[in-house]
Amino acid sequence: MAATGLQTAFRLLLITGVFACGAWFQANGLLPAILKHRSDVIYLIRQHLALAAVSGAIAIVVGIPLGVILTRPRFEMFADAVTQVVNLGTTIPTLALLALSMSFLGIGAPPVIFALFVLTLLPIVLNTIAGLRSVPQPLIEAARGMGMTPAQILRRVELPNAVFVILAGIRTALAINIGTVPLAFLIGGGGLGELIFTGIDLMEPSMLLAGAIPTALLAVFVDFLVGQIQFWLVPRGVNPLR
Amino acid sequence: MIRLEQVSKHFGTMVAVDRIDMEVPTGAVCVLLGPSGCGKTTTMKMINRLIPPTSGKIFLDGKDTTGVDEVSLRRSIGYVIQQIGLFPNMTVEDNICVVPDLLGWPRAKSRKRASQLLDMVNLDPSVFLKRYPKQLSGGQQQRVGVVRALAADPPVLLMDEPFGAIDPINREVIQDEFMKLQAELKKTIVFVSHDIDEAVKMATRIAIFRDGKLIQYDTPDNILAHPVDAFVSEFVGSDRTLKRLRLIKVTDAMMSDPPRVKAEDTLETAVRLMDEHGHVSVVMVGPRGRARGVVRHEVARDLKGLVGEHQEPLPGIVNIKDDLRSAVSQMFTHGVTWLACVDDDGFYKGYITQKSITQVLGTTYRDR
Ligand SMILES: Nc1ncnc2c1ncn2[C@@H]1O[C@H](COP(=O)(O)OP(=O)(O)OP(=O)(O)O)[C@@H](O)[C@H]1O
Ligand SMILES: [Mg+2]
Repeated sequence: MAATGLQTAFRLLLITGVFACGAWFQANGLLPAILKHRSDVIYLIRQHLALAAVSGAIAIVVGIPLGVILTRPRFEMFADAVTQVVNLGTTIPTLALLALSMSFLGIGAPPVIFALFVLTLLPIVLNTIAGLRSVPQPLIEAARGMGMTPAQILRRVELPNAVFVILAGIRTALAINIGTVPLAFLIGGGGLGELIFTGIDLMEPSMLLAGAIPTALLAVFVDFLVGQIQFWLVPRGVNPLR
Repeated sequence: MIRLEQVSKHFGTMVAVDRIDMEVPTGAVCVLLGPSGCGKTTTMKMINRLIPPTSGKIFLDGKDTTGVDEVSLRRSIGYVIQQIGLFPNMTVEDNICVVPDLLGWPRAKSRKRASQLLDMVNLDPSVFLKRYPKQLSGGQQQRVGVVRALAADPPVLLMDEPFGAIDPINREVIQDEFMKLQAELKKTIVFVSHDIDEAVKMATRIAIFRDGKLIQYDTPDNILAHPVDAFVSEFVGSDRTLKRLRLIKVTDAMMSDPPRVKAEDTLETAVRLMDEHGHVSVVMVGPRGRARGVVRHEVARDLKGLVGEHQEPLPGIVNIKDDLRSAVSQMFTHGVTWLACVDDDGFYKGYITQKSITQVLGTTYRDR
């Protein structure tokens, strides 16, 4: 009870703070300056989202099956090797990764999508593997003993029991992804980075903020969205949130 | 019927199960018993081919299981694993319906079955069907686990220490419930246990394992009365004769058609009756034959009058359906050497004495 009371108080404080900031921005003319960039922002948000969505979707579509395959008995021995390699991929600094993919794929969206994909893949694969491995062995044995085929065991027992952890991986991955998209500007990929970096170059805070604020909001929004998916999609019996 | 022929399982150089020959008749409960690591689980899992035997053959109703499709074989065998293994992502209802769903039963039929089965183990369907396993107590989970194995009505059940995770009191309750079910369902059951008391209670046949070998395969009474070697007798415990008491019903040790008197009989009649039978007391029954009291020889012989005036309360009564364990317990509680035996309605059926109990226990020894 005390905790929820504290939470409500905190929320009120936050909202008041946001309003105060808004009022202050309005008063010193920053807000109208930001709003000047409105049409640019809307266009760039779309581009930003498209980059994140495409790279994220590819990472999910590749990452989950990869994680599933790497936990099948036949391929289990490769799991460690593959995670090592993917791990190595993420130790490369993001900028270096962008530069590398630019040198392969030229400039524009494709190298950005590729770099974001590599970045996003690791948490998804790792969490898929961790999630599937955390399914207690007795459950799988019970399923086998009752006459489920391996495919049925995967679909009805392993995935539902691992989906919370898998979604947690996707949540982290997408947060990283959205936050990294602004760097796309550096290799001509577009996105809200255009406003941020140009704003920095021109020493124009209103432009910088017009890029930075939506980026932050997008990250929060996507995190919230996946959180909701996690809440509603994960079966109630294995959902720690419900 | 399940038949194992020279079945062995090697894990590398380690011999987990060594040339087992065994036959479980239809409708029997066969308990695999032995110390940890002796190969009970391995033997059981070879029956539904979760573990393929290294050599030897296993027949189900005369059919070699080597050739048949493993998936459909397993769907026809109920399986309760040691760790219960309810699927946490499914409701109790869906857990119970796993095999019926795999077999493609119509939904209405399988859900109705789930509800009936829950009822059978005293869990209210309206409360429990929609719950998730984590919302059940350990004992409730274990019941659902057992019921889940019964869902598609398989003729054969494999149960690996199904009641292992429950406290002793609830375990007894579930065992009793299960035996009641089994009396109705008459499944062929292979049941792993390491608890001799559980085995004696449940088994029609006990198989005692040691280091992968089948040491003795016999009825519970024979295992207790005639352990084949020192290992078995040590395993069943030095109190094995006391354990046998559980296996014998009061009716088997009871002297039936006993002498009796009524309240309106004279003490003379009572004394004559006692002298005739060489007894020191006689039970007085009501008008329709219910056991009411007792008249002692030493009281009756010096007095005149009616039985009803000099009767004393019965020192101890035992139901004819009880086992000898509760009979003996009664004797010690009341410090007597005999008990009146009555049926469910209280009618006097006979009496049981320490001597008759000793005799019954001894019969099997003389048989040899
Ligand atoms: N997959 C395996 N690989 C290697 N050895 C195994 C394997 N499974 C079982 N064993 C060995 O086989 C022997 C018999 O195991 P099993 O599980 O049948 O014992 P158990 O009688 O069921 O014991 P418990 O009462 O502890 O469950 C043990 O020594 C065990 O270590
Ligand atoms: Mg075992």
